[in-house]
Amino acid sequence: MKPTIEQLSAAFSDLVGTRTDTAPAAPAPVQAVDHKRKGYDFDATVASPQVVPAAEILDRLGFALDAVTGVDWIARQEMEIVYDFFHPETSLRVVVRTRVPRDNPELPTISSVFPGANWHERETHDFFGIRFLGHPNLAPLLLPEDADFHPLRKDYQP
Amino acid sequence: MIAQKEAPSAGPSGEAPQETFVLNLGPQHPAGHGVLRVLMTMDGEWITKAEPVIGYIHRMHEKMGENRTWAKFLPNTSRIDYLSAMHYTHAFVGAVERGAGIEVPPRAEYVRVITSELNRIASHMVWWGALLSDLGGLTPFLYAFDDRELILDLFEGICGARLTYCYYRFGGLCNDVDDDFLRGARAFLKHMPPRLKLYRDLVTNNIILRKRLTGIGLISAEMCRKYGATGPVIRGSGVPYDVRKVEPYSVYPKFDFKIPVYPECDSMARYLVHMDEMEQSLRIIEQALDQIPAGPVMGKVPRVLRLPPGDYCYAVEAARGRFMVRIVSDGKDIPYRVKLRTPSFSNLSLYEEASRGMILTDALAMLGSLDLVIPDIDR
Repeated sequence: MKPTIEQLSAAFSDLVGTRTDTAPAAPAPVQAVDHKRKGYDFDATVASPQVVPAAEILDRLGFALDAVTGVDWIARQEMEIVYDFFHPETSLRVVVRTRVPRDNPELPTISSVFPGANWHERETHDFFGIRFLGHPNLAPLLLPEDADFHPLRKDYQP
Repeated sequence: MIAQKEAPSAGPSGEAPQETFVLNLGPQHPAGHGVLRVLMTMDGEWITKAEPVIGYIHRMHEKMGENRTWAKFLPNTSRIDYLSAMHYTHAFVGAVERGAGIEVPPRAEYVRVITSELNRIASHMVWWGALLSDLGGLTPFLYAFDDRELILDLFEGICGARLTYCYYRFGGLCNDVDDDFLRGARAFLKHMPPRLKLYRDLVTNNIILRKRLTGIGLISAEMCRKYGATGPVIRGSGVPYDVRKVEPYSVYPKFDFKIPVYPECDSMARYLVHMDEMEQSLRIIEQALDQIPAGPVMGKVPRVLRLPPGDYCYAVEAARGRFMVRIVSDGKDIPYRVKLRTPSFSNLSLYEEASRGMILTDALAMLGSLDLVIPDIDR
């Protein structure tokens, strides 16, 4: 089964209707992107509770988990969480992104859909202090086991 | 290894009491290669849970990316997976070139392919030697290092480094390859096929090796997808996923080569994928040497590099699988965020699920077949 951009757009159109104000003023919430210029084909911005249904859509379409990471947009007081997916049979690359308030960075885990997200989310928690609700074990992964700091926050002082 | 006993608990339906104990593997062990620690809960010889504990050589490369210019971060990328530094620098220069819209001259792309494939062979040789020494055979390691030395000498000649190459630059290469390199690469192409036959006769068809790897350490294609495992792991599970073919980059579409795939899902399948890939890499190098055009090896690059705001990704097929760089620029000469998606991290993350119920010695053989490089996991 090889998914297409049209299938993705149709599947994501339901999710996009309920974006919240915390999502950025992005050009368009769901858009096809030029792979040559950006390195991915499809960019979807969803509200933070919807990352799980988004992951379920991509799981159904046969995508594989590439990475989960964060970006600290300190000027806007927001944390962005970026989910990368690749497809084992096609060149399609999908990026799902969401934003949460920086003072209370919480969103649901997708590790129930993609078990591989377990480690990626732990790492994102290490680096940014973003809490993934329902995660089986959010203990430090790469940082020391007693670490209480988040080095990739832009206001982190060693 | 230190064993620590837990209180025995009564087994179900009146069997002998089920007693498990925790076996600590690593992080330092003379037979291990790298500081990987695995906490194994054992039921006799059998593993009930094997939890990798990582981060012992975490260096926070991603933070270093945020406090230096694009060019100054480039040497860092060759120190993540020290066995396939060419691929890693390729991904980072590729991402920056994509963001800044820098054109790379064709000759530079050909040299990148030649050096990347040589690097892949060198990396697979280390893996081969390390796996076999894990299994108790120390001699093949010396054979592999003998041949790998030829590649390292070639690399030393063109960029001065034997391991952490920083040979690629934004827009091309730091300098052109000389005739010595081209002659040396040709000689290596002649040298290697008989050696690969030797490897096959000596090791691959060895009955002891076959018995240690065949039918053991099963990883399904579905598990690879759920965990994002790539490289020889997914190709040993019957999925022909290779970034060079699926998401082509550089000048790879110009060459005729096969993606070795084995559907058996076991450690032997991953072993055979590695061995076949070395032959395919030789084919690519031969074609690239035949077709390499003359011309400059450096494109036009602005003196102060500033990328337009936005994020850019670039993925390459490193020796261990898909390596992806995601950079975020806010328009300054320093990256806003650098994310390094490394293959060993994802390949190891499935170990807890895949090793459940295995015998300890088999689980160690499987760990070897995953081709892990610890700095690549810890970053």
